[in-house]
Amino acid sequence: MYQGTAFWYGDNVDTDVIIPARYLNAPSATELAKHCMEDIDPNFVREVKTGDIMVGGENFGCGSSREHAPIAIRASGISCVIAASFARIFYRNAINIGFPILECPEAVKGIKKGDEVQVDADTGLITNLTTGKTFRATPFPAFINRIIEQGGLLPYLVAKEKGEI
Amino acid sequence: MGMTMTQKILAAHAGLDTVKAGDLIEAKLDIVLGNDVTTPVAVDVFDKAGFTRVFDKDKIAIVLDHYTPCKDIKSAELCATARNFAKRFDITHFYDVGAVGIEHALLPEKGIVGPGDMIIGADSHTCTYGALGAFSTGVGSTDMAAGMATGENWFKVPAAIKVILKGKLQPYVSGKDVILHLIGLIGVDGALYKSLEFVGEGVAALTMDDRCAIANMAIEAGAKNGIFPVDEQTMAYVAGRFKRPVRVFEADADALYEREVVIDLNTLAPTVALPHLPSNTRTVDEVKGLPIDQVVIGSCTNGRIGDLRAAAAILKGRKVAKGVRCIVIPATEEIYLQSIREGLTEIFIEAGCAVSTPTCGPCLGGHMGCMAAGERAVATTNRNFVGRMGHVKSEVILASPAVAAASAVAGAVASPYDMEV
Repeated sequence: MYQGTAFWYGDNVDTDVIIPARYLNAPSATELAKHCMEDIDPNFVREVKTGDIMVGGENFGCGSSREHAPIAIRASGISCVIAASFARIFYRNAINIGFPILECPEAVKGIKKGDEVQVDADTGLITNLTTGKTFRATPFPAFINRIIEQGGLLPYLVAKEKGEI
Repeated sequence: MGMTMTQKILAAHAGLDTVKAGDLIEAKLDIVLGNDVTTPVAVDVFDKAGFTRVFDKDKIAIVLDHYTPCKDIKSAELCATARNFAKRFDITHFYDVGAVGIEHALLPEKGIVGPGDMIIGADSHTCTYGALGAFSTGVGSTDMAAGMATGENWFKVPAAIKVILKGKLQPYVSGKDVILHLIGLIGVDGALYKSLEFVGEGVAALTMDDRCAIANMAIEAGAKNGIFPVDEQTMAYVAGRFKRPVRVFEADADALYEREVVIDLNTLAPTVALPHLPSNTRTVDEVKGLPIDQVVIGSCTNGRIGDLRAAAAILKGRKVAKGVRCIVIPATEEIYLQSIREGLTEIFIEAGCAVSTPTCGPCLGGHMGCMAAGERAVATTNRNFVGRMGHVKSEVILASPAVAAASAVAGAVASPYDMEV
């Protein structure tokens, strides 16, 4: 269960604004996080608190394949991302590193910047505590849930190799 | 119901007779690719998971192309991590400074990828190899690590959009104009999660360089992959390069497509994409005269020999306008050498261009041509997002090599047709 303040962005949030290429040679997730979103929201890094929730429109995470994008968002303190839709490489990367994302166009419409939001990643239930409205995210296919349950693709593969799943 | 070309390649690599859109499959990989930005993250993930060997040292390609020759110490550290990994596992297709080219020009040129292959690369423009009739898609570093360890990965079988190409391109109109036009038509998420399958009699008249530029930017429409049928030109290109057996897949006659888009190549004009989305397209005539500070001719989209020839044809005997910096970056060492042998490099230097060794460099605002606030570039690259080529207040206009060269001469966005006397 995640709960925090919503940071709301529009459609086509690209990986170049999530983490600009000029910082891609940063040596750690913490370093990357210092520059997360700075080209579209210079206040983000100052304002974000651990557990906060990022909300985006259509095609969130489009552009580059850089896994640095979900890594930077997670290291900034964001607990999960809700979007109307995700660009496919970002979608894969988030699942592969075990970072929770939820697809829910209705929630994106029903949440404003600064709203207090609660997310149950297991059931896909999203609650806007500020307005009292609830939304239901599109569930992941069972196969993807198995990867998420293991904490990401590599832990999943290791568990599979050991015959644990 | 039949399968698309993409679905046939996926089915064959998953050991299945048929697949359909939406199926989740595990498929065997022919090549796993990474670069100097994405490989170090993959190495970290690979080591943390405790893997001690790669599935096949001949099926992994590591190409140090983004920030090389290293622009600073941090980049040098990243390259060292990738280089050590390549050494540790004796990776066959490892390319470093002096042999390196931009990965998506290099892999086809070296015959590392070919028709019918199943390829993942930790770089979004990995979709380029669809030009050769391969299934090829960009992934992240964890996927690269998984691919290197197991030789397999999971995929959701994509639905497809059929793009029917008719007719033949006019002079000064290229593959870049075709793909910019298409992205303008369907939008940056117009093909989200889907394949773009290019078909029709217009394909035959497109050069391999044109096809590479088109497939390269499939990702800019959100596509999982872009793919061309294998024809005589493809076979002529891979002959002598690609050593593994060629596997030709064709879409079934009754394959299901979600949508059809028809493009009449005869009617296409030189096209540009204004800031800050590749879908923000105009014909060059609609925006000519916009002043510019920089021109970049290169990248995995347009750094091939055909692109350099198109640019040189316009720059020959002309000068880059005062106040404009024109940077030309041949995509591989072989293209660089060819450009020298054909006299193109001389044309560029005499015109007042800076010619660089192969690198992704300015395309992603890495090095070799970052811009200051308020500056504007015409570039043959693939993305014009906010801050892509430098300062957050700089602007990139995407264009073909011919338009970029004409703009360099004019000092403003210009049409190659206006260069004729």
